[in-house]
Amino acid sequence: MRVTQGCFSFLPDLTDDDILTQVQYALEKGWAVNLEFTDDPHPRNTYWEMWGLPMFDLHDAKGVLMELEACRKLHGDKYIRLSAFDSSHGWESVRISFLVNRPPHEDGFRLERIAGPGRTQRYEIRGYGLDRPEGARYR
Amino acid sequence: MNVQPSQTVKGKDRYKSGVMEYRKMGYWEPDYEPKDTDVIACFRVTPQDGVDPIEASAAVAGESSTATWTVVWTDRLTATEKYRAKCYRVDPVPGTEGQYFAYIAYDLDLFEPGSISNLTASIIGNVFGFKPLKALRLEDMRLPLAYVKTFQGPATGIVVERERLDKFGRPLLGATVKPKLGLSGRNYGRVVYEALKGGLDFTKDDENINSQPFMHWRERFLYCMEAVAKAEAATGEIKGTYLNVTAATMEDMYERAEFAKELGSCIVMIDLVIGYTAIQSMAKWARRNDMILHLHRAGHSTYTRQKAHGVSFRVIAKWMRLAGVDHIHAGTVVGKLEGDPATTRGYYDICREDFNPMRLEHGVFFDQPWASLNKLMPVASGGIHAGQMHQLLDLLGEDVVLQFGGGTIGHPAGIAAGATANRVALEAMIFARNAGRDYVNEGPTILAEAARSCTPLRQALDVWGDVTFNYASTDQLDFVPTPSVAG
Repeated sequence: MRVTQGCFSFLPDLTDDDILTQVQYALEKGWAVNLEFTDDPHPRNTYWEMWGLPMFDLHDAKGVLMELEACRKLHGDKYIRLSAFDSSHGWESVRISFLVNRPPHEDGFRLERIAGPGRTQRYEIRGYGLDRPEGARYR
Repeated sequence: MNVQPSQTVKGKDRYKSGVMEYRKMGYWEPDYEPKDTDVIACFRVTPQDGVDPIEASAAVAGESSTATWTVVWTDRLTATEKYRAKCYRVDPVPGTEGQYFAYIAYDLDLFEPGSISNLTASIIGNVFGFKPLKALRLEDMRLPLAYVKTFQGPATGIVVERERLDKFGRPLLGATVKPKLGLSGRNYGRVVYEALKGGLDFTKDDENINSQPFMHWRERFLYCMEAVAKAEAATGEIKGTYLNVTAATMEDMYERAEFAKELGSCIVMIDLVIGYTAIQSMAKWARRNDMILHLHRAGHSTYTRQKAHGVSFRVIAKWMRLAGVDHIHAGTVVGKLEGDPATTRGYYDICREDFNPMRLEHGVFFDQPWASLNKLMPVASGGIHAGQMHQLLDLLGEDVVLQFGGGTIGHPAGIAAGATANRVALEAMIFARNAGRDYVNEGPTILAEAARSCTPLRQALDVWGDVTFNYASTDQLDFVPTPSVAG
């Protein structure tokens, strides 16, 4: 199973040189790059853990890659996403977001069906890894 | 052409019983300076042979505001000068004999706050059947800030839609389920599941899928939402399917929309043919219920396509942004349906910008402020395929839903493969653009490179790579950009 969140999940995994080109693009637009990680990639899990603050004052793409390397050292068994934030009026949100690290094995999700009235069913999506505690899910 | 001075008759002579020319009744005021709060309309007027263009334009002002065919004394009980629409400018259409652009200003008090129905009942009401005109077309409107602020605007808007879907930095991908009529609910859901699992973000009901003998609406909703949930579990991504809630009555539409919500759908859809009031009702419902609202512009070509008569689509786009839908079909340029690049660009700007400057070369006649109203996501649908990805990205930008119906479902290796082909083509193109490549010119190369590691994309390019729809547009612009001297 491959989680296909983010902008480039259908391409072969990006190399660091690939990532550099995209970071450079974001920085040239004046966006703040941000790194986040999680071991709960549920599609509705909005708040991944932040790897420090968004890098508002970092304008060097290589610097971002160094942060990513440091993040991978500690959280290489998790999902890491790189996003870029645009603070200009009328947007004030994320402009681009893509995965830059995946766990060695992706567990995927179980679809639970709960019978409702009539023919309705309620669906619940549960990451298989969630049975283990946070931090120990992809070890 | 503002050569004829005002001929407004003043005093008691103005109200003598009988018929008086419109330009003498105060509907032609060439010295009038529109107020910031006026609604302004630009009409293309084609007078009957022998009818003076100023008189014809004054008549349009009159018939779309206070006038009737004869003088009435009851005008004197009102502040008539305020309520009379004023034609203040008439220009011959460049290069077209017998047609004129008439600019007409309307006082804000003529309109009910927040009501498209009221606005349109005046502006495109009786006047379009007026005998002294051969044809009449509403080209554009300037909606004053004060009026814009009385509307809700898009229920969700582009930014919040992206936040809810957790999808940033690329166009969204969709497909309309085909064949549009005849599938059972169970078969229909199969198409939804395959397309979403294969890589699309959305699938879509077509405009005429409501509740027919071959598939009643609850069957469709139940199977579709099973497909959505299953595709979400298979990909870890948020997926959606536009459930068309268009129905005979408002009560039916609310019932269907409520059921879609109960089943966990993030989006519902309506057709333009339900009418402006119903659209506004559904937009308010969508805002109250955290729902994205997709609008299919079914029926618009009956009045938007012909150049001499009707309403330009840019006006419909403005009304729909006010009315509060989140998605609107706005043309593809390269696909099978009407639309040249510059005109379509004008529509897209109306949907997505916070301020539209006047740009005659895009068909935009007025500065238009949007007062931070949410942005409306344009949808490109109809005869587009993966081989055009570089052109689509260049012409339509990033905040758009690209819908490949045939281009997904008609894939030789199946629906999921078709979806994957489109998604890979899109991601490869975005990556190349961001990496600084000349993606417009290198587009075919970029696609061929991506196809090396993606068989479905290679198959798609083999089947559709050369398909184009090159026909002259019926609705072409009257203004060509003046080449700059320095250029």
